Order: sequence, then C-alpha cells, then structure tokens
Amino acid sequence: MKRDIEYYLRREAFPHIWCAGCGNGIVLGAILRAIDDLQWDKNEIAMISGIGCSSRITGYVDFCTMNTTHGRALPFATGIKMANPEMKVIVVMGDGDCSAIGGNHFIHAARRNIDLTAIIVNNMIYGMTGGQYSPLTPSGRFGTTAPYGNIDQSFDLVKLATAAGASYVARGTVYHIRPLISLIKKAFNKKGFSVVEIISDCPISYGKMNRMQSAPEMLKWIRDSAVSSKVWENLSEEEKKDKYVIGEFLDVEKPEYTELYAMVVERAQKLEVGK
Amino acid sequence: MEKEGSKEIYQNNSVKITVDKEWCKACGICLEFCPQKVLAADEGGKPYPVNLSACTRCGLCELRCPDFAITVEGVEGKKDV
Amino acid sequence: MSKLKGDIELLQGNEACVRGALLAGVRFFAGYPITPSSEIAEGMARLLPRLGGKFLQMEDEIASMAAVIGASIAGLKSITATSGPGFTLKQENLGFAILNEIPCVIVDAQRGGPSTGLPTAPAQGDMMQARWGTHGDHSIIALAPSTVNEVLFLTIRAVNLSEKYRTPVILLLDEVIAHMREKVRLPLPEEVEIINRKKPTVSPEEYLPFKPEQDGVPPMANFGEGYRYHFTGLIHNQKGLPTTDPQEIDSLIRRINDKIQANIKDITFLENYSLDEARIALVAYGSVARAAEGAVKLAREKGLKVGLLKLLTVWPFPSEEVNRLAQQVDLIVVPEMNLGQMVLAVERAVGGKCKVVSYSRVDGELITPLEILEKVEEEIIKK
Repeated sequence: MKRDIEYYLRREAFPHIWCAGCGNGIVLGAILRAIDDLQWDKNEIAMISGIGCSSRITGYVDFCTMNTTHGRALPFATGIKMANPEMKVIVVMGDGDCSAIGGNHFIHAARRNIDLTAIIVNNMIYGMTGGQYSPLTPSGRFGTTAPYGNIDQSFDLVKLATAAGASYVARGTVYHIRPLISLIKKAFNKKGFSVVEIISDCPISYGKMNRMQSAPEMLKWIRDSAVSSKVWENLSEEEKKDKYVIGEFLDVEKPEYTELYAMVVERAQKLEVGK
Repeated sequence: MEKEGSKEIYQNNSVKITVDKEWCKACGICLEFCPQKVLAADEGGKPYPVNLSACTRCGLCELRCPDFAITVEGVEGKKDV
Repeated sequence: MSKLKGDIELLQGNEACVRGALLAGVRFFAGYPITPSSEIAEGMARLLPRLGGKFLQMEDEIASMAAVIGASIAGLKSITATSGPGFTLKQENLGFAILNEIPCVIVDAQRGGPSTGLPTAPAQGDMMQARWGTHGDHSIIALAPSTVNEVLFLTIRAVNLSEKYRTPVILLLDEVIAHMREKVRLPLPEEVEIINRKKPTVSPEEYLPFKPEQDGVPPMANFGEGYRYHFTGLIHNQKGLPTTDPQEIDSLIRRINDKIQANIKDITFLENYSLDEARIALVAYGSVARAAEGAVKLAREKGLKVGLLKLLTVWPFPSEEVNRLAQQVDLIVVPEMNLGQMVLAVERAVGGKCKVVSYSRVDGELITPLEILEKVEEEIIKK
C-alpha cells in the first residue's frame, strides 16, 4: 500500500532549514519513496548522518535517527549494525563529510562490506559553511576558498568505493528522479555495503560561484552534464571534464561483515580457547 | 481552489494538485520542468495550476519538489505517481 | 583467560579490566591498537564472541568511539580502551556521548606525553584531559584504580555508573597498573551487582528521550525497540530535536552537569589509610597511591603522623571530603606523575584551610615511597 510521504516525516520540524531549491529535499523525497516502495517498518530503520546541510536530513524523518559528528556517520552506523544486525541502517552524508573528513571511514566501511547503505549527496561544495571547495569540487570550478579556480583533483567516489570493496555502487542525480529512486531501492535491498552518489544542486553556495543563479538553472546543468556509461566510454578525456557518468557500476555478491562475525561467534563458542 | 490550513487544493475531474504555501520556498523547479506547462508562478513565485486540464499526472513536480510542498493525485483518491 | 568466574587468578591489570567489563555485562568493544592498552582489545577479541558479544577493530580511535556509541544506542553495554594519543582523538565523540547521554566506558591506560611521548612508561598526565578534554561545559565521571583487584571492581562500577547516569565513564589506568600482575579473586556472576539503564515506562507516542526523572536522568529506549527518536550533537530539546530556545539550551546544559554533581555521594569512592589523628595527609591515586601507602608506613615507623586519602573516583572531584581533611591536617602532599594536575583540584577544595604541596615526577619513572617520605620531611623542616 502506497503511503503519503508525510507518514515518514516529523511534521513538526517543517518547513525544513534548506534553501529554496536545495537538492537535499529532493534526495530525502527519493529515499522515502524507495522506503515506501519496499514497505519497510519504520521501527526497523536507523538513519544516521554526519555534519553539513545534507546531514540535517535525519532530523526530519520518523525513524531511529542520529545526526552525529563530522565525517563519522559510518562508524556510528557500524556500531548500530553490529549490535543489532536486524536493523536496516541508512547513512546520509555530504561530499565533504564523506570524502574529506570521513574519507577513511568510507573506504573502511566498504572494505568490511558491512550491510549499510551510504547515500552521498554530492553538491560539490561545503554549503553550510558558505561555499568552500570540497574533494568533489571539479578542477577549475570556484569556491570561496578557491577564488582563482580549484587546482585540486576531485575524487571519483564510484571508483573509490569499488576499489575499497563495496558490493553495490551507483550514481544518480536529483534531476533524473525516477531512476534515482530505483538505484536507491536496489542499494537498500543489497546485502553488503552499498553506495549511491547523488549529483545534487546547491544554488546558493555552488551555483552563485559558478555562474548558475537558480535551482532550475542548476538542475539543467546537472541534466546536461550527466551521461550514460555508453556515451561516457566514447568521450575524450577533455570531454569528460565537467561531465558525470550515471547509472549502476557494481553489483556483486560477497560475504557480508555481520554474517562473517556471526561465524566468528560460532567458531569461538565451539573451540576451547586455551590459556 | 479550496483551502485547508496552509494548503491550496486545485481539482478537476481527473486530477487534484495540492500546494502547501507554507512549506513551498518558491524555488521554481516544478514550474521549470513541468512537461505540460501546467503550473505558473503567483506573485510570490509559488506555483498554482493555470492549465489543470493539461496535467497528465506524471508526478515529476511532486518527485522533484525539495520541500514536500506539492502533490498530485488522481481524483479517485489513490495516488498515481 | 579461559575461565570467567569464581577463581583466584594472577591477572594483568588490562586482563582484569576485560574480566570486569564482561562480568558487568559488556557485550561490545571497538578499539584500535595502542600501547599500553592493547591487551584489553586482545582479551575482548577472544572472549566477547564466546559470550555472543561483538568485537570490532576499527580504522582509528575516532571510529572506535563512534562505534561504541552506536552499539550502546542499539542496546549493548559498550567499552573501548586506549592511551593518551588515542584518548585525544576520542574527545570528539566523547563530547557527543556526553551531550546525548549515551552509557559507555572509555579506558585510558596513561603513558608519558605529550604527543607520542613515552609509549611504555607510566604517567598520570591525562587527568585534566579526562576532565576537560572535550569542548564545552560538561560533566564526566572518571575512576582511577591503583591495584589489579581495583581495576576489576572499578571496571564493573564504571559500567554500572554509565548505565545508571546515562553518561560516559572514564577508567584511568596507567602503564604500571595496566601491565602489572596481581592476585585477583574473580567474583561469581551472581555476586556482581548489575545496573541497567532505565527504560521508558510510557508508550512510544508519549516518550520524550531527554525528559529527566527525579534523579536528573532520562529513561533510555534502545534503537529497534519501537521507540523512534532523534540523537543530535546539536543542543536539543526534550524530544531530541535541535533547539535555539535559550531556556531549553540552559536547562539541558545545566542538567547534564547537575545529574552528576547532585549524585556525587553515590559516585565517590575513596579509601583512607591511617588518617585517624594524622597531621599530614597524602592525597594520591593510581599507581602512585601504592607508593603513597608505602610512604605512610615508613612515616609511621618514624613516628610521623602521616595518612593517605586514596582517590578511586577522581572526577567529579570529592571536594567535600578533601575540605574536611584540610580541617584536620596541617599539610596535604599530592604526589603525581605529572606536573601537578589533581593538586589544583585539591587546592580548590581546601580553600586555604591547610598547606597544599605538589610532588611531581614526569621522567617516565615511578614515584617511590622514599621520595614521598623525603618530601614530607622536607616540608616538616620548612615549618
């Protein structure tokens, strides 16, 4: 049975704090529609976030929620999942949160292949602090701390998560909304560490520094810079700059961490551990 | 148009569009990307349907609304998005 | 380490900590290897799965603290262990646990510092880090055992206090206590008092996760038990949602401090040695308390009226008891393996009622009974 989205919201916390047109609300909607499609019980869901605009997501949903410290959402979530493997644990992070201060936690959660879903809202900027460049700001773009253009290379989270050992890796956008809901749903259903990077818009902090004045303008840019794998493969390196390949990149079956630990418990209880 | 708290409800025989004027922040996404150009902006930049009969209930405005401020339903009551 | 109960065993301090934690009902450990606390992680890795508990070696100290908090929220009694450098990293999420009132225990086997310092030498340089290491006004409970037997019992108490007051508790070992071996009688499980966090008695709809009861402590529902609510590092209202209301902010900050201070009698553990009729008192804790006890014996042999107040609870500081002591004695000597950290709290508690002097050692060597006695005699001559 389909439910109104409001069933999943803490109504008293609305309207939310995000700026007009911010992609965080679109991402939240996509997550809730995926949950609704799966008919998950609200009591079984733990949603954990770090610090940043997108991390405020957890305050708005009627689940077991935690708005933790900057970059640390994944280890908090790891503790919850280990203590109670029955819980469905969703982690929402921003690009700076996940890939800068939380970068080490991200690769290690993937390495363990623990059954969590990491959703990264990539608006390519530190929005809450006013528009500083992040590890996912493309080279050449502008931020308040890159006033002459960003000279850093940006991470490719899809490649990073794949190399680090995740089970499911996808990238979507807030413009391509129906495919996004499907990607999130698949990630939720995956046993193991699943990652969905979502290209999102920050019209205030990123848009204004990069010649996009409004949310619709940013969404058009996202629409026009997203390409499928097939198109991507035929692009030159020069053409790939400022483009994003979207879709599913990894979907494999392998041993999951809490299941492996259950085997450790079994082994420990069977063996006589000597002095 | 009917009002229910902060919500404005627009309805014809096949579709019901509800806009929560308190939650809406007038970002313009629903206006810009409506495939049928059903919506227009009021003086505050918030949406209202100018062409309700053109609505195909695709639901993209609802799905892309960052503020949970617009919903599209079939008039039979069941959601069709 | 194969048996869990009812035996007399020769145990290392770190091993006793593991045993105490398991007896107290701890079923989750997350940590990161660091000298001189690693044996706690090793013991947990071996014993926890046998009891159906969970052990996690995390990618760093910060993550370990985060995982411990997560596991506690999901309902398992949780502990982590580290040393000075790791304790510094844990301060970030320790603050989160204090603000969100998450029961958990952090063991800090102190070594010389600052920085990497002296990994294999004892020190007591983290006393103030334990009190004020994380930012913002907050309360903390910290216990400091001076024997392996005390490690066992104070670990149990640390777990119990964390559950009772919904707060992190720090167990301050030092390299000597962590690594020395002593005879310990392990209690039978039925001999161990176990305190569990208070559970809500109202329905999920009525539950306010940060609404205190009479004792200042709110009942705590674990995630997954049908109570859906929010934790945040932001200052929050009784629902757990962020607030900017000055009254709500004030009442939360005061309450998380007051709930500890108001129950200081229940939290304070002290031991007196030869304090009756003493004119000079030593105030000591941790491995230095052992030397101080030796110094008292030597002094008494010489006819000097010296006694010892051993602090097992160091935070909240037992000001009332120390103030009372100051009214009895002329001099308090505080020997510490730091440049004088707890002596500051002693001075504050004494409030000028008697002379207070510090005796410091920061060279990685233990303080001996003879040194303390010499310091006492030196002070007597000065008078």
